[in-house]
Amino acid sequence: MSAVSTNVNPENSFQASIKDALLAAFLTGVLGFYFLALRTDIAPGGLAITTRWGLWLSAIAIVFAGRLLLNLFVWRTDKPITRGLASAGSGVGTALPDLGKWLGRVLFAFAVVLPFFFIIFFPAQQRQYIDLAILIMTYIMLGWGLNIVVGLAGLLDLGYVAFYAVGAYSFALLSTHFEFIGFWTALPLAGLLAAFWGLILGFPVLRLRGDYLAIVTLAFGEIIRVVLLNWYEFTGGPNGISGIPKPTFFGLEFSRGEGGFADFFGLEFSTIHRFVYLYYIIFLLAIITNIVTMRLRRLPVGRAWEALREDEIACRSLGINTTNTKLTAFAIGAMFGGFAGSFFATRQGFISPESFTFLESAIILAIVVLGGLGSQIGVVIASIVMIGGIEMLRNIGFLSQIFGPGFDPTQYRMLIFGLAMVLIMVWKPRGLVSTREPSAVLKEKKKIGADMVAQGEGH
Amino acid sequence: MSAAAVRKPAESAPAKWDEDPVLTVEHLTMRFGGLVAINDLSFNVGRGQITALIGPNGAGKTTVFNCVTGFYKPTEGRIVMRHGPGRQQQAIDKLTEGGLKWQATSEGAVFLLERMPDFEISHQAKVARTFQNIRLFGGMTVLENLLVAQHNVLMKASGFTLGGIVGIPSFRKAEQVAIDKAVYWLEQVHLIERADDPAGDLPYGAQRRLEIARAMCTEPQLLCLDEPAAGLNPRESAELNELLQYIRANHETSILLIEHDMGVVMEISDHIVVLDYGVKISDGDADFVRNDPSVIAAYLGVEDEEIEAAPEVASLVVEAIGGDAAKEVGIKAAAVPAADDEAHPGSRPSGLSAAREGGPDKLTRIKGVGPVNEKKLNGLGIWHFDQVASWKKAEVEWVGSYLAFPGRIEREEWVKQAKTLAKSSKGKTGGAK
Repeated sequence: MSAVSTNVNPENSFQASIKDALLAAFLTGVLGFYFLALRTDIAPGGLAITTRWGLWLSAIAIVFAGRLLLNLFVWRTDKPITRGLASAGSGVGTALPDLGKWLGRVLFAFAVVLPFFFIIFFPAQQRQYIDLAILIMTYIMLGWGLNIVVGLAGLLDLGYVAFYAVGAYSFALLSTHFEFIGFWTALPLAGLLAAFWGLILGFPVLRLRGDYLAIVTLAFGEIIRVVLLNWYEFTGGPNGISGIPKPTFFGLEFSRGEGGFADFFGLEFSTIHRFVYLYYIIFLLAIITNIVTMRLRRLPVGRAWEALREDEIACRSLGINTTNTKLTAFAIGAMFGGFAGSFFATRQGFISPESFTFLESAIILAIVVLGGLGSQIGVVIASIVMIGGIEMLRNIGFLSQIFGPGFDPTQYRMLIFGLAMVLIMVWKPRGLVSTREPSAVLKEKKKIGADMVAQGEGH
Repeated sequence: MSAAAVRKPAESAPAKWDEDPVLTVEHLTMRFGGLVAINDLSFNVGRGQITALIGPNGAGKTTVFNCVTGFYKPTEGRIVMRHGPGRQQQAIDKLTEGGLKWQATSEGAVFLLERMPDFEISHQAKVARTFQNIRLFGGMTVLENLLVAQHNVLMKASGFTLGGIVGIPSFRKAEQVAIDKAVYWLEQVHLIERADDPAGDLPYGAQRRLEIARAMCTEPQLLCLDEPAAGLNPRESAELNELLQYIRANHETSILLIEHDMGVVMEISDHIVVLDYGVKISDGDADFVRNDPSVIAAYLGVEDEEIEAAPEVASLVVEAIGGDAAKEVGIKAAAVPAADDEAHPGSRPSGLSAAREGGPDKLTRIKGVGPVNEKKLNGLGIWHFDQVASWKKAEVEWVGSYLAFPGRIEREEWVKQAKTLAKSSKGKTGGAK
């Protein structure tokens, strides 16, 4: 339609717009007559027809006005107002990489002081906000872990939550069976066990490509969940495991009374201490994940991952053992998932297979894809938007004023979630931050555009 | 049978590639289901030499490459790679009997490539390759491409990642050495200015050069190039020649290349191996191959549709094999040499002294018969499709040998084709055309 518009003189175009809008309104009238204007209700002795002329006419009026406005300002004009929108969008897109560094620093600085920020400025909701920050940080860590497998090595993994579950159950079972194992001793063990299961998953999928790889990883995630659900004697089945110990601060528990954290430091006891402490644990774990990933990218193994994503056959011709390279990617990605899982267990105090459904895998993958494959800062932004945004829906009061008191925005979160994903994929198909930073520079660092970078298997 | 059919050079002194081969391919056979892509192929690649593997499309050249570099597992045969001088025959025989893939010897080492997976062939046996359709890491910079090629060296230096994560100084040193080597090769291929650009951004010719530089960064003893000049303009082709000659002169790297550009092949090759339908039809230096009638027959016979459709292909072939040789074959065919019945196996098909009424059939309509072969067949008294259609196994064998490509008549199903052609021409009057 926009193609027709270019050389139409304004008056003709106005007449044509009116005509088009009238036609649309007429069609609405015809189509809507039976749906909107007439309504049958059950009445004593049969059906009764009630007429709703007001509704029908207002529908016609809305279609007419909407169509006319679209015609005048978008379709039949040389300067559609959406063009500005589009260019603004792409402007943000190109500016993002340059902003990325500064954005990263600002976010990091804010993350460091975040608990105190909420304690000082939002004392009433501090617990809720810090809890949300912990949740977002967990997803950031999971996103970074999965980014190694999907973003760098280019192996689409739909079963990442399996390693999250392995980490969580490792810690839960170790700590409930052995008194002496606390969070800090279980953490590396959980990571190692998850890495081991990463290798176990790695072996069968090594020969697979594309969609087949995605399906097998999906199946692997489900197998782990079903085993956890059915191995009743060992995992507690659907009842899960409760009574998982809380982390201690160098042996100090966050409990009321003597010998607790507050008592030792002479502070007044408050439950918020434990939340702040949990926040800093996951923050530290996430930062370690990030630093290790960034370092790995500059090491031969990281370059081999990216080369594998670009062209596996060329890798083999250069003497790279692609089997080992894929396995390391799966194992290291799984290890970080395991760390996050054992943190999840200690934070919740209770775990069950319900927490490790396919939906979790899908959300983590969506964070990585939305953020931009291989981009660290993109994962942060996507986590904040997706996890934080959905939680924020709970607090939006004005929506229920518009749609009535029965309206609960959280009921629509998957709808909004889906809509947001579609919009971002239309606007930036390769994710929010899609440029790639070279891992080695001779003279001048140049960003590599997304159109150059391959996506790997299964995309 | 093929090995026996290959003409031997007249001079008796053994060639350099037979005395000191870096790579020996012995009785290599590769079957894909029922299709025999390579049949009992044997040849040597001389140390420090440039060896060209040529042949018409579909002759099995790339299959040979894929077998040598481990991308295919050969059905039969042995592929030996040698580090260090001489044939090291004892070590090879011992290795073949044992179950090992490779073994260090006093002179160097010997490798049985057919037993090794592809990445080990590159890493241990030091055989690097490039691809017909360029396979660069397009989303990585030119420099990164060359660093990936030094993966195994850097991996060791980084303590298999653990040392690299904590940042041991020896890894930094090794990385600097790797970058220096990358810079050296970027200077050789004139890409130093583009070092920080993504490889996918480079023009086609530059991508080809970068792929060679990347292969050279693995410090290969044997460099396999699959059509390195494809898609290059004449100036770029000349630059490629220089680069390959530079590599031969300044690095201990032997080169094996597949090429259709006869200018490149004839100018720089020390040794040429010609394949047709997976069988070696000629083996020798440029002059020898240029004048080998079986090469001429293969090029003129097989690609005749192409030659007729595009005169430049014909001129290319004539240029490749030398004008005199082509003329010689043409004259020979026209003059109808008295075929010696005893010289070929099988039995000679009976011929007519002249075409029947209505003129001869156009034998070139049989796929695989070119103008040269048509003349040769006419010389035997074969003028009509039904004559070809009546050939039995013995006749097919004789004609195959006479035309200097054994086995091709069966493979191209001349007899079957001729039967259909004879049937369809019978309907028309006269049968000609």
